[in-house]
Amino acid sequence: MAVDQAPPADTHAQHLAGLDALELGGGERHRVTSQIWGRLWPIVLAVGLVLLIWQAVVWSGRWPEYVLAGPVETFGVLRERLTTAEYWEAIAVTMRRAVTGFAISVLIGLVVGALVSRIKVLRAAFGSLITGLQTMPSIAWFPLAILLFGLTESAITFVVILGATPSIANGLIAGVDYTPPILLRAGHVLGFRRLQLYRHVILPASLPSFLAGLKQGWAFAWRSLMAGEIVVIIAHQSSLGERLFFDRELADSAGLLSTMIVILVIGIGVDLLFETADNSLRRRWGLQQVRN
Amino acid sequence: MTAPLRERADSRIEGEEPTVRLDGVSKIYGQGKNSLLALDNVSLSVHPGEFVCLLGASGCGKSTLLSLVAGLDAPTAGRIDTEGHKIAMMFQEPALFPWLTVSANVEMALRVQGVAKRERQAKAAEFLEIVHLDGFGAKRPHELSGGMRQRVSLARALAQDANVLLMDEPFGALDAMTRDLLHDELERIWRERNLSVLFVTHNVREAVRLGDRVVLLSSRPGQVVEHFPVELDRPRRTDSTAVAELATTITNRLRQEVLRHGR
Repeated sequence: MAVDQAPPADTHAQHLAGLDALELGGGERHRVTSQIWGRLWPIVLAVGLVLLIWQAVVWSGRWPEYVLAGPVETFGVLRERLTTAEYWEAIAVTMRRAVTGFAISVLIGLVVGALVSRIKVLRAAFGSLITGLQTMPSIAWFPLAILLFGLTESAITFVVILGATPSIANGLIAGVDYTPPILLRAGHVLGFRRLQLYRHVILPASLPSFLAGLKQGWAFAWRSLMAGEIVVIIAHQSSLGERLFFDRELADSAGLLSTMIVILVIGIGVDLLFETADNSLRRRWGLQQVRN
Repeated sequence: MTAPLRERADSRIEGEEPTVRLDGVSKIYGQGKNSLLALDNVSLSVHPGEFVCLLGASGCGKSTLLSLVAGLDAPTAGRIDTEGHKIAMMFQEPALFPWLTVSANVEMALRVQGVAKRERQAKAAEFLEIVHLDGFGAKRPHELSGGMRQRVSLARALAQDANVLLMDEPFGALDAMTRDLLHDELERIWRERNLSVLFVTHNVREAVRLGDRVVLLSSRPGQVVEHFPVELDRPRRTDSTAVAELATTITNRLRQEVLRHGR
């Protein structure tokens, strides 16, 4: 009957340890430099291509050079401007507005998202309204904002918040809605109820979706801000949008394009921050997509 | 080696209060014409320290039954009595929280009980040791294999300090070798902690390998067809002849049940 006897307990532990070791094959790690280069060269290629097309259009002579400056002249102006304190002050003003507006949006978005996702009546009342607000072009808010706040920074902040908040709230709501039911069941069986379930299971589970909402909210905030700074010119307070406005007034094509480049670079830079956060979250959660 | 077990089984005096008792439990999903009778008048008891396996083809409502006992869902009719007993549950999926480390996952069960943070960590380490995962506490669930994740899930269920353990095909997704090892582990833990286990499976040999009693459910609607007491010495082996013989008997009975639906 020896065959019918299970092996003694300590052998079990060894067997388990053996299986565990087999199943946990070490993942390969690429060198950091090759990783960076792997991500960098497509970007370098794309930028090069864009510059080439730009230069080609300039060379075509469709527009005179004072309307459409070439890359060489534009980057020359950009380098010049970046050496002046005024220009950095303008960037600082814009960034301060962006950060303030976005921070307030996150707070409001969190509260609204949390309430709407949990309370059925609010969901029915405001759920589709929030999505509707998201599709509303932010520029359409400015006439009202200017009536309410005048040509002030408050008008700009107001529109930035209206632009970003719906995305952030929607991100949280979607995250709550798509919490895997199995985790809810697990939380319930563990004894979590209502607020505790919300805090320990639902909120953390909705983090990836919330992060996506933040990223989208930032994009909307940045767009609204640029629209606002062009429309609402405040005296003695230079900003990137205001720069664009006056460069056009003065027909300073190179200056205009160089400011546009700055706006683009800031937008991409912040987006990269969100992407880094998203990637590290995915890595920790094991949500990495299979790379082909 | 089997002596203490016999004793324990014999100590189950007739009339001793069962830990889980279902009395004429029915469950209907939906309403009107589209309603589905998932469970029909099911009565069933699990006694203290007893290992009961619920066996049935798909659609017999065995998972529904566990959800009802766990309080995840309410029965349409009948009574479920688990009063005075704490209930833990394991699912077919590990159902671990991906944002927490292995240790923190186990600690979640302790958090509800209001265990202080420091104590939680030490206790979680103990429970991980029980399932032979000491040293893996700082890992994330996705870094472990399927079998290891299921053991973390078991550790978390044990940490609930429950005396009733509900298991919904917990080893269904694992390979045969891992499953065999986990059967041994589960049997040891069940024995050491004197748990009442209600174990759902569609694998007849697994049911015979583990259960004190195998309860066969019919499909659509789920009804108790027959109880098969398993009076084989423990520990058993899934590939032993004695287990195979009883499994064949039960499989034949199960086939009859399935055939009824083919007509």
